[in-house]
Formats: sequence, structure tokens, C-alpha cells
Amino acid sequence: MKNLLMATTAISMMAGAAFADGHAEDVKIGVILGFTGPLESITPAMGAGAELAMTEVSESGALLGGSTVTSVRADSTCIDAGAATTAAERLVTADKVNAIMGADCSGVTGAILANVALANGTVMISPSATSPGLSTAEDNGLFFRTAPSDARQGVIITNILQDRGVEEVALTYTNNDYGKGLADAFQAAFEAAGGTVTISAAHEDGKADYSAEVGALASAGGEVLVVAGYVDQGGSGVIRSALDTGAFDTFYVPDGMVGAKLNENFGAELNGSYGAYPGTDSQGAADFAALAEAAGFDGTSAFAPESYDAAALIMLAMQAAGSSASADLKDHVMSVANAPGVEIFPGELAKGLEILANGGEIDYVGASAVDLIGPGESAGNYQEIEFADGVYSTIGYR
Amino acid sequence: MDFLNAIVAFSNFVVVPGMAYGAQLALGALGVTLIYGILRFSNFAHGDTMAFGTAMTILVTNGLLALGITFGPLPTALLALPVGIIATCLLVLGTDKLVYKFYRKQKAAPVILVIVSMGVMFIMNGVVRFIIGVRDIRFADGERFIVSARDFKAMTGLKEGLAIKTTQGITVVVAVIVVAVLFWFLNKTRTGKSMRAFSDNEDLALLSGINPERVVMVTWMIVAALATTAGVLYGLDKSFKAFTYFQLLLPIFASAIVGGLGNPLGAIAGGFVIAFSEVTITYAFKKVLIYLLPENLEPSGLVQLLSTDYKFAVSFTILIIVLLFKPTGLFKGQSV
Repeated sequence: MKNLLMATTAISMMAGAAFADGHAEDVKIGVILGFTGPLESITPAMGAGAELAMTEVSESGALLGGSTVTSVRADSTCIDAGAATTAAERLVTADKVNAIMGADCSGVTGAILANVALANGTVMISPSATSPGLSTAEDNGLFFRTAPSDARQGVIITNILQDRGVEEVALTYTNNDYGKGLADAFQAAFEAAGGTVTISAAHEDGKADYSAEVGALASAGGEVLVVAGYVDQGGSGVIRSALDTGAFDTFYVPDGMVGAKLNENFGAELNGSYGAYPGTDSQGAADFAALAEAAGFDGTSAFAPESYDAAALIMLAMQAAGSSASADLKDHVMSVANAPGVEIFPGELAKGLEILANGGEIDYVGASAVDLIGPGESAGNYQEIEFADGVYSTIGYR
Repeated sequence: MDFLNAIVAFSNFVVVPGMAYGAQLALGALGVTLIYGILRFSNFAHGDTMAFGTAMTILVTNGLLALGITFGPLPTALLALPVGIIATCLLVLGTDKLVYKFYRKQKAAPVILVIVSMGVMFIMNGVVRFIIGVRDIRFADGERFIVSARDFKAMTGLKEGLAIKTTQGITVVVAVIVVAVLFWFLNKTRTGKSMRAFSDNEDLALLSGINPERVVMVTWMIVAALATTAGVLYGLDKSFKAFTYFQLLLPIFASAIVGGLGNPLGAIAGGFVIAFSEVTITYAFKKVLIYLLPENLEPSGLVQLLSTDYKFAVSFTILIIVLLFKPTGLFKGQSV
């Protein structure tokens, strides 16, 4: 009996060892984005970006002894927290994903984190949730994002305005989590730096008449009007009305307002206005754009680079942890993303995986120059733009 | 001088935009009120009828521009407007034949017609988006300003500028013409009189030999013309977007009800009451008061009664007050 027991144990141990050696498993990563809803125009490129990284890793055969990675898509809807939670629950319990790339909008991301990720101990890396509230959300070290918090953008706006000697601004924001979060972050940063915000007025999207808002903004006054809105929504309406009534000549446009539509809508009327949106002059962005083009999607689409990076970080952290389980990989996300180590660019994931397998260290730069700070969010790189001759162009990086 | 500055600042940010917005709401509310008075139901599809008419006008405008035809300093859309009105007439008459006529025959209760109009609204909603898309479309061309803020300052030497957009001028002028023609039609012509008779007492009107189908048809045609005109003026002044027109329904109904449903004069007054209450109550009077008051009394705050967040609350508060104390509206209309 004793012998039998020992024999069984020995066999099972051997089997276990053999299994561990060549354990090529099928790793599943959930991709939860708003494939329907307000972000439906940019999420296809985001999903494609994340899956590009997965294909690259699968084909290299370098992950955890030749594991392959499969993407499982789910719809976050961007606005319906209930539907997003259900979809994420399905990913974790039915599809048994190892980690989640997503979600996209701040509201649903917070809901999934609190209801699904925390309960099941699943790692989430969001490519595009920018709400400052997520920095302080309880996450047990499971939540990261390759997008910067809007608190960071508040500081960037303050720096740009002060470098131009602007001391007094009026502020209007779109009445939702994004607009309110950004407006509060900016106001706090600007006032801490000694500036004055004469008025902070909300505007509703989807209305066409903004005379009341512009009237109040104009009366409060200020050298520059900061418009924290959306370019194809109320933000443009407010600028239109402010220009027409002569209330303001100079505008500051944050990330939601920068788009080709501005040139089209206003042209030379905006000359002298300026702004900034996420972007980097790093080599990685260009590399990624080329890879994306070869794969048949637009790599410069908003948050597509961040999506590639989010998926890549999950897989690199798995390799560093030597395990595909969320509980193990969560402690390695920060170390693979930051210095010290060999810099890894898009298209070089295989190289990164090998360095990690050999016990080396990497500093993942990726498509969006990832540098995770504080509670695991991107430090953020912004490109500053200015309008001249009716079009905007990049004048520098911050 | 300071006094003039105060007046100019107030006109620029309150009076001029309020007049234009009020005129647009008034035209919209006229359509709603006519349907209510004559067909006896609240037409929820009105916002989308406006959107349809505007969409058609935009398509024709694009066609005219492609042919190189413009309207000089005025927007080309005004030339295209009659075609838009005809297309909208066909649409609403078709809808009436296919949908409303069935319920009218059954003498359906007004609340059923309201729900039916809601269904029509969703379908028109889809049709408009299908034809022209969900984007923001600007179709105003020609001279943009009658007086621009910069020119005004140079001309008068005042510190404050006054801007009057061509579209604002056109809106007010067109609204005055349309209202004048409408009142002449309702009060002086045989068809207009029969419409009023039908509205006042349907049974008596039928007894005196008025053809109800004819009254209904003429009503729809007038409503189509009003809706298209209101929609095009609104789109010229701001911009066209299907979703915005859908949202316009609320202020338009508020205007019609405040003025008194079924009463054309009330609709016009209601339009201006709603527009000015939105703009005036949320206006920050700081600038105006700084010009008017002696230096030691200058306000340091914004002197704003309510934040602009509450501008919709303002119109609805007025609506509730009117319904509580004068259910028939400011001018004697039918109670809701």
C-alpha cells in the first residue's frame, strides 16, 4: 500500500513536471469595448489594435512555452453599466478569460472593475478610460490603464495657458462624466497655479442653441475660453456662438475637441487658438501605424495605439510572472512597463518575451510611449496644437 | 457712454439671440397649435417633420449650389425652401392618408392619436437619418453678418460689440411675413374661416356643409409649410442635426402650451416667453451692472440668478406655473 501510494505520487509529480515543461496552453484575453453606442466609430480600430498584439504573440510562439492567445470580444456599450457588467461577467465565468483588455468609457470601466474584476480577481487594463475618479477606485492592484487620467490633462492645460501668459479664463464643459471630470481637474490645477477661472458653465450636447451659455460666459469674461466638450457635439456650437457674438476670439481645445471637423467648421476664424490632445513623437507611434496599415486598419485612430499597448502589457506581464493567471501577472505589469530594461517597440513583442524568458528586464515603450505612474495609469504624452491659416498643426510635445 | 455700452452688451447677448430663437420657436409652436386646434391631438412628430423639411431643403440647396445658382448675399436655402415645403406636404399628406385617417374614421380618443403620432415620429426620425445621416450639417451661405461685432465697435467707438447675423435678421423678417400671411388666411379667406369654424365646433361646422377632409388637408399643408420654414430658419441660424430637431420638441410644446394650445396668437407669445426666459434668467448681469453702477457698487460676483445648467428648468417651471394658475394658457386656448 505504501509503495502504491509512493508510486502514484511519483507518477503524478512526473506528469505534473512534464505538463509544466511543454504546457502550451490557450490563453484567452477578453476585449470589452463599446462596439455599439457612442464610441462605435472608434472601437473597431481599438479592438483590431488589441488583437494585432495577440496575433503577433501567438505567431511568435515565445509566450509561456509556445502558448497561443485568443481574443474574446464583448460589448461594453460605453454607457450602460448593467449591460457592460453582464458582458464582463460572461467573459470571466463562461469564457474563462485570463485577463481583460478594456473597458473603454470611464463609467462602464468603473462598474466592471467594482462588480466583476474585483470579485473574480481578474486583471483589467483599460486603453481609454480617463476619469480621474478611477485613480482612487479600490482595485486590489488589478486595474491599470494605458490612457492618462484627466487630472494630468488639467495640469497640461494649465502649463500651456501659463506659458502663454494667460491668467484669466472662462470655462465651459459638456455635462457628463468626461466634461465635468476634466473641468474640475483643470480648475483645481489652474487655480492652484495662481490663475482665475471666471465661470465654469455646463452645456448640454445635442442642443443647437447656446446663446444662454455664451451670454453668461461673455459676461464673466476672460482672455481665453476653455471648451471641454466634443467637437461634433455642443463644443462646436458654443464656439460658433461665441465667435458670432464676438464674446471670445481665442479658445483652448482639449482632447475631445481636437479633430478635422474643427478645421471644416471654423477654418480661419480659429486662427490663434490652441489646444492639446494625447499623442507622442515616439518612434513607437509610427511603427504601430505601419503595422496597422499592413493589418488593414487605421493605426492613428483614437486610442488604437493604447489598445495595442494594453493587450501587449497583459501578455508581457504573463511572461514575467511565468503564469497566465491574473493573480500572478498583476504584480508584473508595472515592472514590464517601466524602466529599467531593454526598450520594446510595437512589432518587437517576441523579443520582449524572450528577454523576459531568459530572466532579463524590459521597459515596454509600445505605440503610445507607455510609462505607468502612481496607481498604474499612463503618465500621458500630449501634443500641443495651434491654429494658423485655418488649419491646426502640432507645434510641440509635452 | 457707459449706459450705451450696457445696452449694447445686453442686446448682443440677450435681445438679439432671444428674438431669433423666439421667432423659431413661435413658428414651430404655430404648427403644433394648428394641429391641436383642428385635428385635436398633440403631434409629437412635429420636430421630425421639421427635420424632414430641412433635410429636403438641404438636398435641394446642394443641388442648386452644384448648378452654380446662389441667392447673392442671402442663403441659397431660401430659394430651395419652396421645394422643401412641397416635399414635406407630400410626406404629411401621405402620413395622414396612411395613418391618421384610419383613426379619425374610428373617432379615436386624442390620447390614442398622440401615441400614434409618437410612432410616426420614430419612423420619420429613421427616415431622416436614413436620407441625410446623423452628422452636423451647415448649409448657410452668403453674407454671414448684417453687422459684425468688430465692425460695430469700429463704427461706434463703443467698447462692446453688437453682432446681428444675416440668419437672425432673416428669421425675424420671415417669421413676421409668415405670421401675417397666416392670420390673413385664417381671418379673411373662406378656407381659413371654415378651418376656424371646424376648430370652434366640429358638429356645427359639419352641419353648415364644411368638407372635413378638405379642412384637414389644408391644415396639414399649412403645418408642413410652417414646420419646414421653422426648421430651415433654425438650421440656417445654428446647424442641422437630426437629433437636435428631435430635442426641439420640448421647448416647442412648452411654447404652445404656455401661449394656450389651439390659439395661434398664443403660440407666438409663448415662443418668445420661453426663448427669453431661457436666455434672460440665466444671464450673468455682471458686465451690464459694471457699466451702469458707480465704481464703489460694482458687483464682484457674476450676478446670475440661475446657472445655465438650469435653463431648461426655467421653461418648465413657467410651464407648470401657467398650467396651475391658467390651464388654458396666457391667451385663451383649450385646456390640456
